[in-house]
Amino acid sequence: MENNHFVLSVHNLNVWYGDFRALKEVNVNIPEKKITAIIGPSGCGKSTFLRCFNRMNELVPSCKTEGEILLHNQNIYSEDINPVIVRRRVGMVFQKPNPFPKSIYENVAWGIKINGLNNGSSKSFLDDLVEHSLRQAALWDEVKDKLHQSGLSLSGGQQQRLCIARAIAIRPEIILMDEPASALDPIATLKIEELMREISREYTIIVVTHNMQQAARVSDFTAFFTMDEDRAGFLMEYGDTTQIFTNPKEKLTEDYITGRFG
Amino acid sequence: MKESLLENKTFLTQLESRMAKTRWFELISLMAVTMGILILAVLLIDVLVDGLPWLRPHLFTEFPSRFPKNAGLRSALQGTLWMIGLTALISLPIGVGSAIYLEEYAPDTKLTRFIEINIANLAGVPSIIYGLLGLGLFVRAMGLGRSVMAGSLTMALLVLPIIIVAAREAIRAVPRSVRLAALALGATQWQMVRSHVLPYAMPGILTGTILAMSRAIGETAPLITIGALTYIAFDLRGPMDIFTVLPIQIFNWVSLPQKDFQYLAAAGIIILLALLLIMNSLAIFLRNRLQIRW
Repeated sequence: MENNHFVLSVHNLNVWYGDFRALKEVNVNIPEKKITAIIGPSGCGKSTFLRCFNRMNELVPSCKTEGEILLHNQNIYSEDINPVIVRRRVGMVFQKPNPFPKSIYENVAWGIKINGLNNGSSKSFLDDLVEHSLRQAALWDEVKDKLHQSGLSLSGGQQQRLCIARAIAIRPEIILMDEPASALDPIATLKIEELMREISREYTIIVVTHNMQQAARVSDFTAFFTMDEDRAGFLMEYGDTTQIFTNPKEKLTEDYITGRFG
Repeated sequence: MKESLLENKTFLTQLESRMAKTRWFELISLMAVTMGILILAVLLIDVLVDGLPWLRPHLFTEFPSRFPKNAGLRSALQGTLWMIGLTALISLPIGVGSAIYLEEYAPDTKLTRFIEINIANLAGVPSIIYGLLGLGLFVRAMGLGRSVMAGSLTMALLVLPIIIVAAREAIRAVPRSVRLAALALGATQWQMVRSHVLPYAMPGILTGTILAMSRAIGETAPLITIGALTYIAFDLRGPMDIFTVLPIQIFNWVSLPQKDFQYLAAAGIIILLALLLIMNSLAIFLRNRLQIRW
């Protein structure tokens, strides 16, 4: 593995929903400005793991998290850190596109406004930011003449790109993607994958995917999760994507990748 | 060999019996609906026949009088309009605020659940109890007297549970996915509620409020209890004035011996029904126009 700079460091992460342990003793480092894929069978805690990075698990009342996640050597779970700050730095794109029922412009601008990123600036500053985000999400040309139409009037693939534009508008460092293309048709999926490669030059991306071919196509590093007997998820193997898919170290990894179970 | 669609005899006999039962049930339900509509129609026709001839502009401009020819609903209409206005002004912020707190901020504790159960129960409390509460609290203890302010405060208490329940339903109807998207952008709870929950819950909240007001408009017992009078012969000038409302005036006329007052009462009922119809239509119209199709 190259000597990558790690932007996130997970230490002894455990997550419970009530009495049920969903994640067990996860330790992993996420390299900066690369795409890390999280793969594994259903129910092994991949989405739970993803949501740990922006503290969205806390919205479930029975959820308890132990361990630390360091972002630039600061534990995002420490007592004095407000989750709102974490979410500003760690953005998220959801499985089913969920644009706001507002105009396309307002979808992208809202995040900028509530975080005060355009405070004291002119309207054209905000306009420029919105345009820049939509360009980065490869959506500008398709929507530039209809910025005031509702975000819900777009197709599924376009809506997802709008959600990506919305997420990058506030310039987070890390973007979490929870199966971003699973609700889309193959062409839209390819566009999303292209987009992911493009924006990984500026952002660190962590993507959960059920689609192994997608993980192999798109990611630089892969983390394989699986379940143990009491259905707690844990990290089985982590490494360079090429290595994981051609020469996995663990038998279970190999079984999953070759489709012997899933 | 072609198979016939018709099965054997046992099946056919049993099928015939099942179809007969279905037709009977349909008939019975139809009769139930017809009965309900017929009763309502009879009531409406009776009121219209009695009241329409007495429905003149005179009715809106004159104060009540001992003489049916000179009597009108001027003071009652003013009282009703003032009361609805003040009640809405008081109950809407409190109702919506409570709903927001219960849905967005309240932790899931025994106390919260206790409050929730009791709000639903309050909607079923007989309205005269609210009248007694209003009498003791607003009229006497707070010294507001028999004013339209005291009446509106009493009615506000009465409709508050309805508004809270309607507002909560409207707030709950906002999909979780939109809330998550807002929070994931680093929004605080209030920013999310203000930009993404309230605007989309507003149509539902509005509808609920209008329906709550429709209930308030017809209430008689609590207002009599707090002292709304039956004979007001001057214009309502401010919230501390004494007042009367449409149902009370109608009730008063029905109790008078002269036949003409019965017809006047019928005319008053027509106006009350018309008001209710307008309010409900407005509620439905607003709900359909403003609703977001997720």
